[in-house]
Amino acid sequence: MAVADVTDALTAAPLRSNRRRVVRRILHNPLALTGLAVLAIAVILAVFANWLAPHEPTQTHLDRAFAPPGTAGYLLGTDDLGRDVLSRIMFGLRASLHVGVLAVAFSLVVGVPLGLIAGYFRTVDALISRLTDLVLAFPFLILAVGLAAIRGASLGNAAIAIGIAQIPGMIRIVRSETLRIKSLDFVAAAIVEGASDAWVLGRHIFPNAGSAIIVQATVGIPAAILGEAVLSFLGLGIQPPAPSLGTMLADAQQFASRAPWAAVMPGVAIMLLTLAFNIVGDSLRDALDPKASRR
Amino acid sequence: MKPVLAVKDLSVTFRTEDGPLSAVDRVSFDVGDGEVLAVVGESGCGKSVTAMSIAGLLPRTATVDGSVELDGTELIGADKRTLRSIRGREVAYIFQEPMTSLNPVFTVGHQIIEVLRTHIGLNRQAAHARAIELLKLVGIPSAERRVGDYPHQLSGGMRQRVMIAMAVACDPKVLIADEPTTALDVTIQAGILDVLRGLRERLGTSIVLITHDLGVVADLADRVAVMYAGRVVETADVHDLFAHPEHPYTVGLLRASPAAGRHADAQRLNEIPGLVPVLTEQPDACTFADRCPRALDTCTSSQPQLTDRPHRVACWNPVREPVEV
Amino acid sequence: MRRYLLNRLWQSAVTLVLATIVVFAGVRALPGDPALALAGEDRDPESLRAIRQQYGLDQSWLVQFWQFVSHAARGDLGQSIRTGTPVRSMILSALPVTIELSVLAILIASVIGVGAGVIAAVRRGRPAEWAANALALLGLSVPHFWLGLMAILYLSVALGLFPASGFVPFFSNPVANLHHLILPALILGTGLSAVIMRQTRSSMLDALSADYIRTAEAKGLPPKAVVGKHALRNSLIVVVTIVGLQLGALISGAVVTERIFALPGFGKLTVDAVFQRDYPVIQAVVLVTATSYIVINLLVDLLYSVIDPRIRVRGEA
Repeated sequence: MAVADVTDALTAAPLRSNRRRVVRRILHNPLALTGLAVLAIAVILAVFANWLAPHEPTQTHLDRAFAPPGTAGYLLGTDDLGRDVLSRIMFGLRASLHVGVLAVAFSLVVGVPLGLIAGYFRTVDALISRLTDLVLAFPFLILAVGLAAIRGASLGNAAIAIGIAQIPGMIRIVRSETLRIKSLDFVAAAIVEGASDAWVLGRHIFPNAGSAIIVQATVGIPAAILGEAVLSFLGLGIQPPAPSLGTMLADAQQFASRAPWAAVMPGVAIMLLTLAFNIVGDSLRDALDPKASRR
Repeated sequence: MKPVLAVKDLSVTFRTEDGPLSAVDRVSFDVGDGEVLAVVGESGCGKSVTAMSIAGLLPRTATVDGSVELDGTELIGADKRTLRSIRGREVAYIFQEPMTSLNPVFTVGHQIIEVLRTHIGLNRQAAHARAIELLKLVGIPSAERRVGDYPHQLSGGMRQRVMIAMAVACDPKVLIADEPTTALDVTIQAGILDVLRGLRERLGTSIVLITHDLGVVADLADRVAVMYAGRVVETADVHDLFAHPEHPYTVGLLRASPAAGRHADAQRLNEIPGLVPVLTEQPDACTFADRCPRALDTCTSSQPQLTDRPHRVACWNPVREPVEV
Repeated sequence: MRRYLLNRLWQSAVTLVLATIVVFAGVRALPGDPALALAGEDRDPESLRAIRQQYGLDQSWLVQFWQFVSHAARGDLGQSIRTGTPVRSMILSALPVTIELSVLAILIASVIGVGAGVIAAVRRGRPAEWAANALALLGLSVPHFWLGLMAILYLSVALGLFPASGFVPFFSNPVANLHHLILPALILGTGLSAVIMRQTRSSMLDALSADYIRTAEAKGLPPKAVVGKHALRNSLIVVVTIVGLQLGALISGAVVTERIFALPGFGKLTVDAVFQRDYPVIQAVVLVTATSYIVINLLVDLLYSVIDPRIRVRGEA
């Protein structure tokens, strides 16, 4: 392992200084900081919704239906059943983040190993490419439709459908990173020296593909959140009365002219959340890109 | 005789993340009618930047000062329209990478025709016929067929010939060849140099030859300007320079080159120790002093200016004795 | 070129076969007896037996698969268990709406996306780039079905600029048809235009820093030709593939958009089928979607090879 040790020492140093540079670039980017702050607030609201929400999200008060925003105790107003829109948004955020993280975790667990294998062992590359093509042939909504038909509509099935749809993208990124890193001198040296495939993949390729994987996961979460909203809106995701931003919009569609705030607020919440994720993802990508400073 | 191209006190500074970067510092040289001036130096010495600044091809991050006169017309500070009408018509360029310098999605004929139509206003048929003529002029066999080829269908040498055909399409006064043979095989290099020599003889084009290859210089150039760290340190007739180099850097450069008309095995090649410095500002000193074997105290405290003789050198302690290189 | 073509055709064929197997297996994976599911509410033993026979459920899986494929190939996709209508005619009447909507959306998205992408790349570091980037980020982040709701609420209902829902066939009244489709197409195009804009911007930036652009400038070509011809032609090659990859997102988006604007298209058919547990329709919809995705992607790839001479014409060097 002599060569590997030396090359480890050679590659470890730039990686560490890279990390510091990435953190510095993010901290000097006001847009990225804003995005991070919005995300932090959303996570706090979602995680501590039980304590922070002013009302029970499913509690109906028919006498307080259609209260406009600003009504005492109802900052964002109420819906047709007198439920507090703000409280429902907080619990909706929780569902959104839940599905977002679950779906991306699913695509990571399946996509990263397949991408590594496809990039490293050329023999199975074609097979994995065909499987990727196969998954791509089923657009995520069609996947969700099929899954809902077979297994019923639920948060978990929505997350699986979205996760499956994200696997091809994850495989593609990890595969191309693997191909790139595999051709680098220090990896080629380790391979020539007779290091085992598992060692090369785990010790050299996976850690160096890390930043690309992180970026892909970061942009995967907002896509999954939008996907969940779509599925719940159509009734293929989270089932009422459990609050979800998508079902809130589906409900509000019925009485949108009477209580537009009930249709506006959840949409704004989704947009802010996905916008924050996308901004952080973009900033991360730029910060990790050595070419970014030139551009 | 009045020079075709007169460069005087040309300076180029780039704005970068780490502050201003001086690339070229008060460079002056003249190119006469039909003359081949070689600008030589290591990579990073500012020779390419000098070449690009002549027709205003540098990116927006560059600030250019000084004067570049083409047949009496000032180009520095000229408006974009004027510069465009001069580029390709009176000053034409050939670049180092024939692989990437041609657009992959257009035929080579189209890319030549484009220049003719832009500058001379030829109609389609006339431009097509002229493109074939030009391809023949630069020695491309079966030009009638090749005119419809895409760049990827041609070899590197053929592509560079296409670049030359494109450059001389409008019979420019000055041809700027930026490392025209560097990316090519040695056997193909000779052919390209033949084409350039032929053009100079047949069309009387003045050529500014940017290169780090002294073999190419000896082959083609009439006069040489040696650049180091953004400055011209020595300029002389090509024979004079090779026979009596006066700047210690030129001596080092000649000793590091295997060609330049001597036996490669006569002496071990010497490299010049150290690297070309990257300058954020031009110091009042000789920038070569750190690497110079002949450095004096003056060299680090005062910048030497070019002497005013046909063989000009900017050095406080020039080599006067005959040197063996 | 021929080898590339054959290879690409072979890949598509393999994917198509796999997709058919997945759909076939999906139907067998329905909970409980598929005959029960297929029968819907009509569960007397007589009709169950008829269904078993019709779908060959009493046969071996291999025979069943063969029947499924041969029926589908002849265009026989079964009947809706709700209405008894042949699924084929349901799909044929729904498809034109979706195709028109998608084509309009792609057109709008391409015009906006390519235009904004070029501007962002050329006006690098100026307010125009900042604005284009911000719009693209918004376009990626906004839930477009919500945008549709807002458009109906504020543009159609409040201002009366567009019809809020419904559809008029193109051949009965082209103007009314466009009037009904323009808003849904705009909404469907937003996400796609953001993706196209970002791709155009980044490939334009790559193209603009390429050596051949320096050559074009050194030739004295006007900026219009340098950017609009030399750089754009090269970036569009990349953009075409991206549009192809976005096809899945477009199909998903069309489903939701049709739902919001109550357009009688493929998407509405799909969603209705799920809620009515109309399994033959679901099966057919999934199969048709997968097949069209594969075929359209094949076409996009062929188009790509036509645009790019490096693939079209074999090099001799």
